[in-house]
Amino acid sequence: MTATDPSPNHLQLTRDGQLRHFLTLDGLGRELLTDILDTADSFIEVGERSIKKVPLLRGRTVVNLFFESSTRTRSTFELAAKRLSADVLNLDINTSATSKGESLSDTLLNLEAMASDMFVVRHSQSGAPHFIAESVTPGVAIINAGDGRHAHPTQAMLDMLTIRQHKSRFDGLKVAIVGDVLHSRVARSQIRALNELGAEEVRVIAPGTLLPRDVENLGCTVEYDMSKGMKDLDVVIMLRLQKERMEGALLPSEREFYRLYGLSQDKLALARPDCIVMHPGPINRGVEIESAVADGPQSVILNQVTNGIAIRMAVMSMAMGGQMAERQQKQIENEGIRA
Amino acid sequence: MTALFDINQLLDELEKGLRRILAERGIEDPVLIGIRTGGVWLADVIGKRLGVAEPFGELDISFYRDDFSRIGLNPKVMPSSLPFDTEGRDIILIDDVIMSGRTIRAAMNEIFDYGRPASIVLATLIDLGARELPIQPDVVGSSLALEAHQRIKLRGPEPLSIELQESGQ
Repeated sequence: MTATDPSPNHLQLTRDGQLRHFLTLDGLGRELLTDILDTADSFIEVGERSIKKVPLLRGRTVVNLFFESSTRTRSTFELAAKRLSADVLNLDINTSATSKGESLSDTLLNLEAMASDMFVVRHSQSGAPHFIAESVTPGVAIINAGDGRHAHPTQAMLDMLTIRQHKSRFDGLKVAIVGDVLHSRVARSQIRALNELGAEEVRVIAPGTLLPRDVENLGCTVEYDMSKGMKDLDVVIMLRLQKERMEGALLPSEREFYRLYGLSQDKLALARPDCIVMHPGPINRGVEIESAVADGPQSVILNQVTNGIAIRMAVMSMAMGGQMAERQQKQIENEGIRA
Repeated sequence: MTALFDINQLLDELEKGLRRILAERGIEDPVLIGIRTGGVWLADVIGKRLGVAEPFGELDISFYRDDFSRIGLNPKVMPSSLPFDTEGRDIILIDDVIMSGRTIRAAMNEIFDYGRPASIVLATLIDLGARELPIQPDVVGSSLALEAHQRIKLRGPEPLSIELQESGQ
């Protein structure tokens, strides 16, 4: 691999292909994605024990660096780190030093001086975790917990884990992603993962105003009419309407949106009878999804939350392991040069 | 590759040793736990020989290894599965080969995260010596000293056989 390699894997993989940061699913092959899912399966079993803890990250310090608020993602990352026996520091940057004028670089230098081993980063700016991974001290792992409109790779992977649990395969699956694709970093990561893992069709269902301009290039088909789009589906993933990211009026009204793109029992009946219903949360009942569907027998929304802990344990331990193996490798090489 | 041992003879030794220890300690209702992969095959065979009706447990110690900080996470980790409550039980822990003792230390740490067993008996098919920790099996099929270039491996599950590998060949 050369210094001019344009692939993000130059940054997130070690020379022998192990994870050392987890920034994006772009460039990660089916084998590595499957390894992540398999490792997460083993962590699900740990979550069912009387002592839900393994010693992998004992003595390591994980900093949850959230420049944007989140409840579910932050708490499942925190729980994941604790179940790996790491010490966890939660920093809500909105209320801390940056509001006193400290720059991002200075904040990071200070955290590194506290001997942190891993930063879990959420930021409203696309590319912020990449920037941090490029400048951070070698040996420190960066995990992307959602950046701008770019990516949310752990959410996409926990969705893949949930699909595999219920469908036991990806081949032949028809999956639809419904709603606010334009503002969704989750949707991009999901489309990428579903294609890499071999789903037959990834369909996005949304009004034109909530689709990115380059949507077909993402590797999906587009359907504007939800009644048509629900046909033959094995999996339907609802997206949250991101009111806080809307600039100007992209929607006529929430009621209108629900009538056209909300998942009601009637619309769900158009999919395959064993179609599962997913939502990354938090759900807006009566805006994206009818309560009877969210709480119904086809809903796997709460499984997604449980799986989120296991996926985050997998990614954190794999990235930390990659960093440590790399450090060990360099040490051996340096000793070889000196000898 | 050489067929070095009569596997059935080693299994007979393990069974005999385990029966003796269980009798000495007055253990009537043990459960078996095998360490992946070879130990799981052995737990199956030995469980049947001892007439243990309860299904055996399978342990994958990847999350408990003490060399994680040197080599990272084993990418082929499988879920451990203990289909019984370990609390207060008498456990027979089985592995194919014991050497440094580090695998057994990791396995015992993992078992205690499921509950507090009443006792653990350690049985290994082959003892290669070269211990780095104060851990000794209660029962062994056979002891053996290998040359530096030799490795030993249990093949299975059906049929079980032991293979001696000479490196550099």
